[in-house]
Amino acid sequence: MSSASDPIAVRGLTMGFGDFVLMRDLTFEVKHGEVFIVMGGSGSGKSTLLRHLLGLQEPLAGDIAYYGESFTAAEPAARTQMLRRCGVLFQSGALWSSMTLAENVAVSLEEFTDLRPRDVREVAELKLALVGLRGFEDYYPSEISGGMQKRAGLARAMALDPDILFFDEPSAGLDPVSSALLDRLILELRDSLGATIVVVTHELDSIFTIGSDGVFLDADTRTIIARGNPRELRDHATDPAVRRFLHRGLEPQGGGN
Amino acid sequence: MTAPAAASADLRTAAAGAVLAVAGDWRIGAAAADQDAALKALAALPAGSAVTVDAAALGAWDSALIAFLLQAVETLRPLGGRLDATGLPVGARKLLDLAVAVPEKQGARRTARIPPLIERIGQTVIAIGREADGFVSFVGDVTLSLGRFVTGRARFRGSDLGLMVQQVGIDALGVVVLINFLVGLILAFVGAAQLQAFGASIFVANLVGIAMVRDMAAIMTAIVMAGRSGAAFAASLGTMQANQEIDALRTTGISPIDYLVLPRVIALVLMMPLLALFADAVGVIGGAVVGMTMLDLSATRYLEQTKEALNLGYLLGGLFKATVYGGLVAVAGCWRGMLSGRTAAAVGQATTSAVVAGILLVIGAAGLFAVVFYVLGL
Repeated sequence: MSSASDPIAVRGLTMGFGDFVLMRDLTFEVKHGEVFIVMGGSGSGKSTLLRHLLGLQEPLAGDIAYYGESFTAAEPAARTQMLRRCGVLFQSGALWSSMTLAENVAVSLEEFTDLRPRDVREVAELKLALVGLRGFEDYYPSEISGGMQKRAGLARAMALDPDILFFDEPSAGLDPVSSALLDRLILELRDSLGATIVVVTHELDSIFTIGSDGVFLDADTRTIIARGNPRELRDHATDPAVRRFLHRGLEPQGGGN
Repeated sequence: MTAPAAASADLRTAAAGAVLAVAGDWRIGAAAADQDAALKALAALPAGSAVTVDAAALGAWDSALIAFLLQAVETLRPLGGRLDATGLPVGARKLLDLAVAVPEKQGARRTARIPPLIERIGQTVIAIGREADGFVSFVGDVTLSLGRFVTGRARFRGSDLGLMVQQVGIDALGVVVLINFLVGLILAFVGAAQLQAFGASIFVANLVGIAMVRDMAAIMTAIVMAGRSGAAFAASLGTMQANQEIDALRTTGISPIDYLVLPRVIALVLMMPLLALFADAVGVIGGAVVGMTMLDLSATRYLEQTKEALNLGYLLGGLFKATVYGGLVAVAGCWRGMLSGRTAAAVGQATTSAVVAGILLVIGAAGLFAVVFYVLGL
């Protein structure tokens, strides 16, 4: 059941552009401390859902609430306040290319805290160290690899110690080792920061490794067709589309594991 | 290697049903001459026919064969017919199975529809209206942001502003000076040819001086800046849009208008009058070069005449215009950049339209200024 203090509660969300409806009647809540996975095939609207949660796109109908407070109905200033409790790791990292890694992390610290410049630098160095980028503070994003950019993006997302961390396709463009490392990092951060994590991905390895809850978006029926722990969905889901997806397109012989 | 045998396709009707015989080497670029005829014959078969493929005489084959057979399947499908491909080599049969495995999605194929002229005109007008609306609200956003800046609430990095000032000011000085020197030169040439006929060649100094200081220096500088800085603004903001950097700013709770657009607009608005001042000077020098070499005027005489022709009002009017043009070019560049789509092509389009919009706005404003200044008697 949903309660007023759930980090995220989505009610009857309909997404689309103009006359075109991408997804309708999405209703789910994200509980505190979960690693919540938004699953679905390509083009099912996973990233669009994330854009709605972040207020980068307006819903056609429905409501999104953070900690019981409506985000959709809020004024821009109030929205900014709510988003300050969130950190986002974008698909490509989206580091600001004209700034060094330390400056990237420092932006929100300078903007929203009263820290002295020296302390800002120290906090930025700490965040970069947490993601294994000690010594790279003064590198520009273009000078480091894709995996490092992702981790730096994560350091930036954690700058203000957010309560909710969003990840858009964290393993996209990473080799299997880096993506497994990132998965482990996500779990460690959840445990040490006590954050709630929302991950948009279609990477099965990640889904099963880190997911503790989730929803499955289906492009054909245009809504959520499964809900729950991804590992349980893999073993017990009845919907053929969900089974196909979670079994890499291969229906298991004779059911079960 | 044996010489390739010509590909052929032939539809035979036997007692046991129709047989589509494919023979020879089917290669892309050397398709069977009679394949259209065979397809036509297939289309003429009675509904519900089963056609067997006979590949006994088939030589080498590649996609050409599969493409032909797919056409054959498509031809038979509306007739309720079937193509029995068991006679094909295994590889070819598998490829054909793969090609027909997923039926064509209904409604997915694009039908090219050319809307009637009236509709196209209407759509264009609506699109222009929407663009104009977008521009006005963007100007509004920038104005609000400027208000926040004045009251000390809009924040951007000082180093960004410094970098912008360098890029749109100092780095642009060379090309601005060169262009305006040449414009002064050209004006003097045009004027000299006419004024010499009346023995009034000294008035070339008036012509060049007034034209440059009142209008031409500001317009030419603005056009150079539209091509240089307006394009750069659109390209850099468009790339940031494509890379989700602007989304990242928004979700961080920082207004991209304050953080990215404002320093660019401020830099160009500050630098334009300074650049125009340089442009005024080199324009006059360009005219003087013509006066000295073609009209045998002394440099002092020429400059003396220029000084008499000009007054402070002309100079300030010209610099004011330059400032406004700078604002227009900067806002147009940032506007197109912020609106850019997320692909490489979209960034290119944003850059192009930034330059076009910048130049159009500058020329439009110049026309408006000409009328207003005339009416006010300035």
